[in-house]
Amino acid sequence: MRETLRAALTIYAKDVRLELRTRETLFSVLAFALVVAFIFTFAFEPSPQLIASIGPGIVWVAYIFTAVLGMNRTFLLEHERGTLDGLRLAPVPREALYLGKLLSVVTLLVTVEALMLPAFLVLYDLSLFNVWFIAIAVAATVGIAAVGTLFSAIAVHTRAREVLLPILFLPVALPLLIGAVTGSREALDGEGWSGMGGWLQLIVAFDIVFLVLSSLVFEYVLEE
Amino acid sequence: MTTADPSPTTGGAGAWRLGLLLVAGVLVLIDMYLIFGYAPTERSMGIVQRLFYFHVPVILTSFLSFALAAVGSVLYLVRRNRAWDRLAYASAEVGVVFFTSAIITGAVWAKPVWNTWWVWDANGTLTFVLWLIFIGYLMVRAYAPDAERGRRWSAVTAIIGAATVPFVYMAADWWGGLHPERVTGPGAQGSLEREMLLTLLFSFVTFIVLFAALIAERYALRSDEDAIEELRLAAA
Repeated sequence: MRETLRAALTIYAKDVRLELRTRETLFSVLAFALVVAFIFTFAFEPSPQLIASIGPGIVWVAYIFTAVLGMNRTFLLEHERGTLDGLRLAPVPREALYLGKLLSVVTLLVTVEALMLPAFLVLYDLSLFNVWFIAIAVAATVGIAAVGTLFSAIAVHTRAREVLLPILFLPVALPLLIGAVTGSREALDGEGWSGMGGWLQLIVAFDIVFLVLSSLVFEYVLEE
Repeated sequence: MTTADPSPTTGGAGAWRLGLLLVAGVLVLIDMYLIFGYAPTERSMGIVQRLFYFHVPVILTSFLSFALAAVGSVLYLVRRNRAWDRLAYASAEVGVVFFTSAIITGAVWAKPVWNTWWVWDANGTLTFVLWLIFIGYLMVRAYAPDAERGRRWSAVTAIIGAATVPFVYMAADWWGGLHPERVTGPGAQGSLEREMLLTLLFSFVTFIVLFAALIAERYALRSDEDAIEELRLAAA
């Protein structure tokens, strides 16, 4: 167990160091998130009343599309440089590879989501600086990464990788999206735990089930 | 005809499958008569209610196909026996057809009765999500770099898809709670007439037999394909 964890952290540290030196993925993904958020401005001509009802939806559509792009990007770079083949040869448990990549994806997505908070404030006058919203966002992002890391590892090796990841990932992630949007709306309405507690529990239960299941089946994905 | 044919689908197995298909055909004909000739017309919904005898058995068979695909996928990954993969693949292929029929009959029935093509309640949402997962399952197989990885990856897809079922159901159910309750439709129906119940039960049997016959066909086709692949590998 400790060995797995150490191997996972080594892979994670490698990803973080690489990203800090190149800053390739973070900024391209962040730019995409900004473009999505910006497009919605013109799609809806948002008024304050409209934002109160559709704001959380805009935020989460932007987040989840960004997640799809970000996960695709992360694995594509690994694939092109042959890093995945190298990792596969490493004498570490398969769960360590999954866990390491998962941590990298969560870090990337949470960073982008945090950097998007001021953008939503400026574009929509939507203040997301709310403890419950942040709790929901982090929990949902873990779930997104848990499923997305597994499916990205599949999609990146196929001929239709850009199309395949969203087709595989979005239907499975639907409970997360429903929970995140509805829970966020309750949180932003100032409902607190009584309003969004159930949704947060659903999201956390999703996280646990898919973290365990995905790490178990990850070896079948990587096997040559 | 003295040498044994290597193909597993000819001979006794082939005759057995043909028989099943014929039985399914006869059952479908009788079922059509029961649905359109025997069952009485429902009072409030009228003729469109006859879709009930298609929709309900088809949707339940669709869910059965998903369960089969998930079980077949788990067993394939654990045992590495291609037979389980063939079962899962056949279930997914036939399942897509059944899910599509269920979605179409559901929409056509919902429009006159609920005045909307689609209701995003727990059942409707789950049906749609499982349909999409089956499409993903078939796409993974189609786009995988080789057949072996296609089998493994599609199995993973089916397993992850099965795990999401309770979450989709619960999330959609809670979310749907914000919308007005529906007052008509299958959920709100009282007890069925005797003739209606009989027709429904017969429809269930019909669609299960039809499903089994189609699965057997696809399974046999996959067996042949695997046999050909092995022969080709042996020849190379």
